[in-house]
Amino acid sequence: MGATISIAITVNGEARQVAAGASLSDLLAQIGLDIRKVAVERNLEIVPRSSYATTALVEGDQLEIVHFIGGG
Amino acid sequence: MDLDFTDAELHRYSRHILLQDVGAIGQARLRAARVLVVGAGGLGSPLALYLAAAGVGTLGLVDHDTLELSNLQRQVAHSTARVGRNKAESAAETLAGLNPEVRVEVHARRMDAAAALELIPRYDLICDGTDNFPTRFLLGDACHLLGKPLVSAAVLRFEGQLATYKAHLGAPHPCHRCLHPEMPPDGLVPSCGEAGVLGAVTGVMGTLQATEVLKEILEIGESMSGRLLLWDALDTRFRTVKLRRDPACALCGPDATIRDLSAHGQAPALVCSAA
Repeated sequence: MGATISIAITVNGEARQVAAGASLSDLLAQIGLDIRKVAVERNLEIVPRSSYATTALVEGDQLEIVHFIGGG
Repeated sequence: MDLDFTDAELHRYSRHILLQDVGAIGQARLRAARVLVVGAGGLGSPLALYLAAAGVGTLGLVDHDTLELSNLQRQVAHSTARVGRNKAESAAETLAGLNPEVRVEVHARRMDAAAALELIPRYDLICDGTDNFPTRFLLGDACHLLGKPLVSAAVLRFEGQLATYKAHLGAPHPCHRCLHPEMPPDGLVPSCGEAGVLGAVTGVMGTLQATEVLKEILEIGESMSGRLLLWDALDTRFRTVKLRRDPACALCGPDATIRDLSAHGQAPALVCSAA
């Protein structure tokens, strides 16, 4: 029985380990973010909310949580 | 296009006309342009001031709100003596003083679905400087359905965001729902009234918004369509990220379900068809 293979990613500038094969949805659930109030940027590109579940995280991914703001 | 300028206009706009990317033709384009500024507040103040100073020929100002003392920490198009007045009217007075060549159209009313359908078609470009999500989603949907470009900025605390939306032109341009498919439920995201905002942050974002509006009218530089600007004032960090068209988008996707403003309280039968 081997250890779960994990990959190294960066979330908001901080190093983080996630299970290999984890999706963006898995990561957001792990962080405990309400996805209705954020957008997610991966390697300088916004990921559409419709593809969180099908976006597989890969080693070295740089993610930023972009908070939804609406003030004027 | 009318390229005749008075001596006063040539003098007033001389620093623009000197710019190779503006010139007399660009200045004439600005004069011929009709821009609607929704919200005469923290963003709308610098935005409208710079558009008026730049000589945008017709500026519409929409705001139903009354000026309060707590607005003056950031809403620089107003004055202390005008507390209690309508904000669109107050800002219009300031703009007239700054540049009487500009025609300012005051719409002292709430930007609801009926106002959106009546006002948006009369302008070439719409700017969102509003302070709440229902109006932001209404404007985003209405501009797309009516085929008008939208330059949108938002602020909170020490942060600002900006994007231009013109998904009505087709791929690759995204719409506002490609970024945020749905409005956040009430109470999930605070307003400036709840969480606060540094006044100067609204000044920077409103001025960036004015710059993007001028770029769109002049058709110069790189548009902010397909990109999102993120600014953190505390870190002094600007980032621009890509925003692609979402194939699953309910507003601009191939299987779009939003075809009118009925979600914003407008009877479907009264609404325009998609542009």
